[in-house]
Amino acid sequence: MKAKHQRLTLVLLAVAALLGASLLAAYALQGQASYFYTPSDIAEKQPEVGQAIRLGGMVEEGSIQRGADGVTVEFVVHDGTSKQPVIYTGITPDLFVEGSGVVADGKLMDGGVFVADTLLAKHDENYIPRELEGIDMTGTQHKTETLVQ
Amino acid sequence: MKRWLLWVPLGLFAVFFAIVAAGLMRPKDNIVESKMVGKPIPEFTLPAAVEQRPALSNTDLAIGEPQMLNIFASWCVPCIAEAPQLLELEQAGVKINGIASRDTPQDIANFLNRWGNPYTRIGTDVRSIVQLELGSSGVPETFIVDSKGVIVHQHVGDIRKEDVPELLKIWKDAG
Amino acid sequence: MIAESGLIALWLAAALAFLQFALCTIGLTKGQDQFFAAVRPVAIAQGVLVTISFLLLVWLFIRSDMSVQLVVSNSVSMKPLIYKISGTWGNHEGSMLLWVAIMGVAGAAIGVFERTLKLRTLVTTLAAQAFISIGFYAYLLIASNPFERSFPVPEDGQGLNPLLQDIGLALHPPTLYIGYVGLSIAFSFAVGAMINRDVGPDFAKAMRPWVLGAWVFLTLGITAGSYWAYYELGWGGWWFWDPVENASLMPWLAATALLHSVTVLATRDGLRAWTLMLAVVAFSMSMIGTFLVRSGVLTSVHAFAVDPERGSFILALLAIYIGGAMALFALRVGTVKEGSQFEPISREGSLVANNLLLSAILGIVFIGTLYPLVVEGFTGEMISVGAPYFNLATGPVALILVAIMAAGPLLRWRRDKAKALLNRISIPVFLTTAALFALVLFTTTMSVLSLLGLSLAAGIAVASFAPLWKRNLRRTPMHTYGMILAHFGVAVALVGMASESSFTEEKLVAATPGDEVTVNDWKVKLHAIEPMAGPNWTALEARVTAQYANGTTYEIAPQNRMFPAAQTQTSEAALLTRWNGQLYVVLGDSDEQGRWQLRIWWKPFVTMIWFGGVLIALGGLLAMIGRLRRAVRQRKQREYAEEWI
Repeated sequence: MKAKHQRLTLVLLAVAALLGASLLAAYALQGQASYFYTPSDIAEKQPEVGQAIRLGGMVEEGSIQRGADGVTVEFVVHDGTSKQPVIYTGITPDLFVEGSGVVADGKLMDGGVFVADTLLAKHDENYIPRELEGIDMTGTQHKTETLVQ
Repeated sequence: MKRWLLWVPLGLFAVFFAIVAAGLMRPKDNIVESKMVGKPIPEFTLPAAVEQRPALSNTDLAIGEPQMLNIFASWCVPCIAEAPQLLELEQAGVKINGIASRDTPQDIANFLNRWGNPYTRIGTDVRSIVQLELGSSGVPETFIVDSKGVIVHQHVGDIRKEDVPELLKIWKDAG
Repeated sequence: MIAESGLIALWLAAALAFLQFALCTIGLTKGQDQFFAAVRPVAIAQGVLVTISFLLLVWLFIRSDMSVQLVVSNSVSMKPLIYKISGTWGNHEGSMLLWVAIMGVAGAAIGVFERTLKLRTLVTTLAAQAFISIGFYAYLLIASNPFERSFPVPEDGQGLNPLLQDIGLALHPPTLYIGYVGLSIAFSFAVGAMINRDVGPDFAKAMRPWVLGAWVFLTLGITAGSYWAYYELGWGGWWFWDPVENASLMPWLAATALLHSVTVLATRDGLRAWTLMLAVVAFSMSMIGTFLVRSGVLTSVHAFAVDPERGSFILALLAIYIGGAMALFALRVGTVKEGSQFEPISREGSLVANNLLLSAILGIVFIGTLYPLVVEGFTGEMISVGAPYFNLATGPVALILVAIMAAGPLLRWRRDKAKALLNRISIPVFLTTAALFALVLFTTTMSVLSLLGLSLAAGIAVASFAPLWKRNLRRTPMHTYGMILAHFGVAVALVGMASESSFTEEKLVAATPGDEVTVNDWKVKLHAIEPMAGPNWTALEARVTAQYANGTTYEIAPQNRMFPAAQTQTSEAALLTRWNGQLYVVLGDSDEQGRWQLRIWWKPFVTMIWFGGVLIALGGLLAMIGRLRRAVRQRKQREYAEEWI
């Protein structure tokens, strides 16, 4: 009987541990997964200020402006229909040029500007991230991160 | 209680398999039709890419007969793969105009010399601006345009041998 | 000719795999033992042939043979030799060929070295290995032929992604693959054991060195990959929870649980079901990882050619192999007699907890990696799951795991008392508590996870050596030293991780030559920007000096490189390593005023992350050598004893 008792305790502990881990995972998924938006999606769905978002589209021609401090850059992301201004502090990825595709992780702030924490890039001439199929993109991408304030 | 526990791993794998198989089926729908299908070619003017061919603008694409517009680049490997098919289409009577994306005259000329030149006109689109306006998401891509300059079909990726008959048919019907 | 020879060698190897499978199956089912004698040589021949095929592909790359399509797409004649060679596996087809080559060599190695398994089990193992190889040979020959010709022959290639032209990344795939694919041996062993109902200490002792070997390579491969990403991708991170990274981590988690489990089976005849399941899961994770990376199902910064057709093929293989093995598990393990009993508070108990926690982390990573796919399937929304989820979800579980890692080796087998354990572990507990207090009092920037991690690391570092307490150091077996070193390595890596995430300092400036920036104890000065050239690139190089608080000045030179063949640009970070951390400098763009962006990090103790990884691998190596030496010695003693009888 004793051995069975021990076994049961073990099994219960195991179940509890796994349950705990699953709950942790579920909670983390809810709070930490970020949804993908194009500028049109932002205009339509109006996500909350401060929510973690991934923004994708093309960098509008003529929109890249470097700030006076030399390290902040403002630009506009478009998807053929809508536009979204973005501000990013940091070294931009290689091949971040007007007309190229970009995917940025960050948040929408009061006033409608998107503050980017990371700019995403990719390394194969013929690669198009699945999220951006249907939006024009050539060229490759790299990823950089913004300055942690 | 222990018996059924043994089947859990297989069950989990079955769930994984189902999710992923569903995901694999999806990309077929994700080859998105350009939003431009059914719309006229947008206005543009591109300078000549190489000496041997004239420049290209949107008016050259609405000339009273259907034709194809092929977007390519010298640095694009699948473009090499589709070159024979383009020549085949040209020989079948299809007029093909080209847009060279993000390329240099020398490289384009070398590419055409090596792989053949099926194009009537070639425009150079150094910043791929026109490519974007056409709703193209990469190279190579080919548009079939009707006699009035309206886009009727978009072929994403390189044209394989087996694609040629279907494209010819669409071109003929585009009238 | 060479390409054709390579293809022929591959076909022959595939044929031999088929023969191997046939011989084993016929021999086992018809009870015709004479077939068994042929199995070892066939396995060895298969390994030799597939290696020849692979080496021929390497030779094609070395010669820049542009008549082969793969070389055209992935190489350029002006590349340095080492990158021509590594170009062989820097693509889908080449890396698949590497995969089957290692599977073949693994099978051959079993054929050559494995002497302790019962004959039937050995034969079944080789049959399983051949069965899996056949599927991948078919995949290569039908859907991903590396030797396909290109016609007409281009003058030069399209170059390789410049990001892959790096010594770290050149060596990383083979190391990782030996680990990944080496786990196939454990898988085949498990299948052999389940079919023959031969699960016991002998089986475990035979499987253990193979598991350890694969695990060592996997640990090294992941560590190397992490360091590569850190200095090559240019923004100071060392792990991104990218699906491809996760694809290498998941087998590692399963393999770590497996190597602990197999020891319990070997010494105490316990955890039979766990060991079998983990052996199946480990290689299943390797195969699933391969699939995820190549099928285009997930977006990844480093995914290979995206092709749903190829994905479907591999998925079908997965269904057969993984589904088959798991069905076998469900059907057979019920009839496997339970091993010896133990109480919750015991060495076995702590190892069960170890298995559970590692499996939990594996599950969390797996769910996070697949979640975007599920959501897209049900709602059509595209989401991304990144570091915030993974760190939050796995962090606490990992901390509990390392705490148990400290306590486990101090527990007795079969039965122990909690109070006795607390006694033995009192010093580490004290150290951890003291560290916690000190950190809370004197630092302000630490997150809860880092705080706990660093404090635990202090205790664990000491606890790792506790098994040596009151022991004769010269008579302590080598594998115990291995365990100690590996566990200590975990503590070291943990210190690096906690320190990097809490104490990193960063400055981002737009500098003109002559400007100086202070970062922590460093004065960093930009002197000039100059053009440079390399074998297949041109660059703009920043001449930077960094002066440490003690007056020593160092010169470093971050670059922005341009690769004309691939029309891409990369940033080469400059790293300055001291014992107490790394200075990491990246050059950005210039603006109209002639200012250059410089990003500078001071990362205290960051190198301990990878140093810890190397220690872990080294510990595994010691354990493996120790066990092998003991096995050889015991066999010699037995043979010697038998001579006298």
